Amino acid sequence: MTATAERPATTIFRRPRSKTGIWSWITTVDHKRIGIMYGYAAFAFFIIGGLEAILLRVQLSQANAEFLTAGAYNALFTMHGTTMIFLFVMPASAAFMNYLLPLLVGARDVAFPRLNALSWWVFFFGAIFLYSTFFFGTSLPPIGPDAIPGNLPDGGGPGSFNWISGSPDGGWFGYQPNAGPFYSPGTAMDYWAGGLQILGLSSLISAVNFIVTTFNMRAKGMRLMRLPVFAWMTTVTAFLLLFSLPIIAVALFMVTIDRQFGSLFFAATAGGDPILWQHLFWLFGHPEVYILILPAMGIVSEVFPVFSRKPLFGYSAVVFAGAAIAFLGFGVWAHHMFASGITPVAQAAFGLATMTIAIPTGIKIFNWLGTMWGGRLRFTTPMLFAIGFIAMFTIGGLSGVTHSIVPSDWQQTDTYYIVAHFHYVIFGGAVFGLFAGLYYWFPKYSGRMLDEKLGKWHFWLQFIGFNLTFAPMHWLGLQGMVRRTWKYAPEMGLEGWNQAVTAGAVIIAISILIFMWNWARSRRRGRVAGMDPWDARTIEWMTPNPTPEHNFSEPLEITKLDHFWHLKYDEDEEGRPRRREDADAMLEHLEDVGNNPREPIHLPSSSFFPFLVGLGVPIIFYGIIYHTSIAGKALIVGGILLILASCVGWGIEPVDEPHYGDHDEEHGEEPVAEEGELVDD
Amino acid sequence: MTDVAHVEPVHEEHESTGVPTLKLGMWIFLSSEFLFFGALISNYLLYSNRAGFEGLYPAEIYDIPFTSVSSFVLLMSSLTMVLAHNALSRGDQHGTRTWLFATAALGAVFLGGQVFEFTEFIVNYGMKLTSNPAASAFYVLTGFHGIHVAIGVFLLLSLWGISHRRGGLSEKSGLNVEMVGLYWHFVDIIWIVIFTVVYLISLPPA
Amino acid sequence: MRRTGIAREGLWAAKLVARRDSPYDAEPMASSGRLARVFALMGLAFLLGACSLVEIEDAVLTTFEPAGPNAQRIDDLFWMVFWIATGVFAFVVVALIVLVLRFRDREGAKEPKQLHGNAKVEVVWTVIPAIILAAIAVPTVQAVFDLTECDPAAMKVELIGHQWWFEAHYPDYEVDTANVVVIPAGREVCLEMTSEDVIHNFWAPSLHGKRYLVPGQWTQLKLEAYEPGEFWAHCAEFCGLSHSLMRARVLAVSESEFETWVAEQQQPAVLPEEGTQAYEGYQVFVNRGCTQCHAYRVDGEGGSEIAREAFNGPDLTHFASRHVFAGATLPEFGEDRETALARWLADPPSVKPGSFMPNLALSGEEIDDLIAFLEESR
Repeated sequence: MTATAERPATTIFRRPRSKTGIWSWITTVDHKRIGIMYGYAAFAFFIIGGLEAILLRVQLSQANAEFLTAGAYNALFTMHGTTMIFLFVMPASAAFMNYLLPLLVGARDVAFPRLNALSWWVFFFGAIFLYSTFFFGTSLPPIGPDAIPGNLPDGGGPGSFNWISGSPDGGWFGYQPNAGPFYSPGTAMDYWAGGLQILGLSSLISAVNFIVTTFNMRAKGMRLMRLPVFAWMTTVTAFLLLFSLPIIAVALFMVTIDRQFGSLFFAATAGGDPILWQHLFWLFGHPEVYILILPAMGIVSEVFPVFSRKPLFGYSAVVFAGAAIAFLGFGVWAHHMFASGITPVAQAAFGLATMTIAIPTGIKIFNWLGTMWGGRLRFTTPMLFAIGFIAMFTIGGLSGVTHSIVPSDWQQTDTYYIVAHFHYVIFGGAVFGLFAGLYYWFPKYSGRMLDEKLGKWHFWLQFIGFNLTFAPMHWLGLQGMVRRTWKYAPEMGLEGWNQAVTAGAVIIAISILIFMWNWARSRRRGRVAGMDPWDARTIEWMTPNPTPEHNFSEPLEITKLDHFWHLKYDEDEEGRPRRREDADAMLEHLEDVGNNPREPIHLPSSSFFPFLVGLGVPIIFYGIIYHTSIAGKALIVGGILLILASCVGWGIEPVDEPHYGDHDEEHGEEPVAEEGELVDD
Repeated sequence: MTDVAHVEPVHEEHESTGVPTLKLGMWIFLSSEFLFFGALISNYLLYSNRAGFEGLYPAEIYDIPFTSVSSFVLLMSSLTMVLAHNALSRGDQHGTRTWLFATAALGAVFLGGQVFEFTEFIVNYGMKLTSNPAASAFYVLTGFHGIHVAIGVFLLLSLWGISHRRGGLSEKSGLNVEMVGLYWHFVDIIWIVIFTVVYLISLPPA
Repeated sequence: MRRTGIAREGLWAAKLVARRDSPYDAEPMASSGRLARVFALMGLAFLLGACSLVEIEDAVLTTFEPAGPNAQRIDDLFWMVFWIATGVFAFVVVALIVLVLRFRDREGAKEPKQLHGNAKVEVVWTVIPAIILAAIAVPTVQAVFDLTECDPAAMKVELIGHQWWFEAHYPDYEVDTANVVVIPAGREVCLEMTSEDVIHNFWAPSLHGKRYLVPGQWTQLKLEAYEPGEFWAHCAEFCGLSHSLMRARVLAVSESEFETWVAEQQQPAVLPEEGTQAYEGYQVFVNRGCTQCHAYRVDGEGGSEIAREAFNGPDLTHFASRHVFAGATLPEFGEDRETALARWLADPPSVKPGSFMPNLALSGEEIDDLIAFLEESR
């Protein structure tokens, strides 16, 4: 509840005012700063998840290897999957959404700036909660089939596993009853379930915020069908989150209550149905796939037109195809369960539904090709990543079609063929798309350009390493390498390609190191971007780089799709763009007024409360895990009190502090301050 | 505040759809909540008449007259909520306070009924969360609904408190009353579905 | 060129958008010849890779050597879809290469026409994929219905999943065995499957696709081998610590061999004679607690049975008739059976992490005795 005070607010804290330093970051409600924090956190987890993957690959590079114990291996693949999905791709997409959505729709901030900060802090503390399992979690061997429900050991157990296996080891999919109280009796899977629950809460808040932002915060004239495609895909993704997260929330609550309070939802011995978990999980899990890929599709839909110097081919088709993918995505979940013994009618129906998704996906791919057709293609790094996206995503999409061929899927499911498939979709698709976005929008964040030469090295190494890593996995899967396998026997004939895969993983790692070097260097010493470095089409480039805190200084009135482009160009008789004579003057004006607004601009004030509410959430979940002890109960009560108190403080604090109008002193300074560091090429 | 220029587009002052931003947000959030309860109700229906569980099934021990009364109480609270909102739009601050409090009180009565029902089931009939999956599904479903009611009561009492302290609610807080009202009606509607589907229609296995 | 001031920089960039030395394009553009070479090289690498695939060592769990009608049907379906998918992929990649070569920014190129779309083209690339999908949907649905359910008249084998081994029970013959599923070749056998603990997934790729073993539920999988032979199987669903060590074999034999096998399995065990090493092993077996988990059917003295008491381990009555053990992971490739057995008995959890078979701290002598006893249990 966000009540607005009628008279001068009585708040617990003095309203935070600092604009630099750690407290400014903790209390910020600026969507751009929140986006940046999401981005760095996501990248940190990308590195962690990547290191986990490297360890897995070392183990698999030889038949019957003993590099990792079985427990450590299972823990690492569980955390690799969980990390890459929930702590890397989702927050990385959220970083772009946060940073760009208000800029794309022509707003100063998202609809609920403090809720936006809350999303971030809930995510942040949820991620810490999840990873704290490495320090606090325990992973014990199964109690066994004859164990009596309710008769759980109280921790300890054989300490024969190394510390890595103190983390969840039931898979990112947490299939019951293997991840339930009898077969995963330690606390590690509770950390997993609680962590996902918290991260889901964060995403849910974001989803509401983004939908309302798109619907209600658009600049004048920004009709829905003039929205940049990335804004569209953000909104579609938010709807997917909105409708899929409650399902996983219910499922995770059921698991947590099963594990902590002895309910019997998934206890087969008592009549519970383990397949129910799979239905609920995939009813969330399949939309989740589109939650991962649609933002990247939005990003490349921005990149292709700019570097083809043409509008997006079939804008409305691309938008509706995205919405269609999302809609159909809710009707295909059981294709993850074709081997589970569901009836042939259900298998056929879900197989057919799955096939139909290929149609809107195809529409998108063909429209991107159509955008390039007849264009004037500039192979900058973002464009290379976008082209790589098409090629790699096409492979992933087509191998996805082979899964809709149900009998064929009976052979492929749970093998490395699936691992190959979804890495082509999520790495070749989503991650390539995200990198395209990073190179493309880096100037908005830093005011500088990422180095193109290093960028191309990064792209080609990642492209080669990616294919070397994941293409052979198709073959390995069809040759009988099951998923989640800690060891394989030499006579299975899998060793050769597994070595190639491991080599590929190392090449990817090198490419990422190049990227990090590029980032670190370009952020301080990269070429200064100036206004509109890419000759872009959409209105986020109407603001100076780096983006000033208030985004837009002047009222916008959107007249066309690709509004910014049409301000710069009109068309000659042949329909070719011709730069307007006043275009440069306009850019000059935009930069000047962007950095030095003529009038003071009123922005939402910083707040401590999102941070505090976010902090309260994991405290409750720690309490639930240890609820049998006094400390656990105290944590639950303390967490709830902290949240309630913070909510009250939040409620009586106004969104904008009336006396907080000192922005104009600040902006315009940052770029100037950096001028001394400019380096020539 | 006179020196602050409100340049379009600035948040909260600008609503492309014409629906107040806060209200739109609440609608969007509630659409998600519908699926949350949809999943919980489906769980219950899946297990409620599956044969072969040990112990009692919830449908065997429902006290329909009692639950009907507490359902009626919750329904009436929707009426008082409407009256509260109505009073506020007429500018009747005292009436608003009264009806807000009445709504919270009716919600609390409903919660008391639920506590009584749970105690009855657990103590007298021995049907616990851990008895069988049907019982688990029943307690988790109605429990989550109860938590929602409790949050609603908390929100109503906060509004009541603010109104009490400040001598009334402003136009802006009127939006808050409307929002809490939306939430409260949602919780009611969900209960009507639960009462119909879970209490009245579902049967124990033959 | 030294630049000062963001505004100037921005203007400069904006003016020179069409020129070679604009800031986003510091790299000299690859000539079409160079690009073509790159593509040619990539194609060559792909071809080489494809050739080496053909020459790969024999993979025992491959899906490409169907040995029964079900797997054959799936294989046919796979290849049909594979070629269609390859066609689509080739189309997209060729289109991409053509676009990249033809429309790359050239010196003096005209600005492109601002084309916003084309409704006809949209319809074409919506309808054509739909037609292709409809075409592959028909055989798919047919195969789903043909391949899912067993022929009710088929011989039934109950397959029960355990962490981490498969138990096979033949209800028609009262035979119980583990790790090796023996079936008669040339006719359909129906696996009726369930699990004792978590979800497992039985996969014998040469014979059929995967099917879950779900605790508290029964699933079916029909198996049929054209010819006698040995086929590998693996648990394909993550089922805990030693998931990767949960394998099995399907042994298809001729009808007469199958009858002989059933007859042998139905026999109770013949107890070793006193004074032999095997007899010593039998004493160890009884006295060191093995019978708590393992059944060993013995005849005589009223036909008594040494039944399992606590956990359910494999029935060891005809242990020696099975050429693999420990979830069909032992003996390892090239390993002597007795060495493997000694290793296994000495410390099962070190061979198979999390194994319910505990380390009984058997002495070397006890292990030798046990091996002698088990190896006589045909």
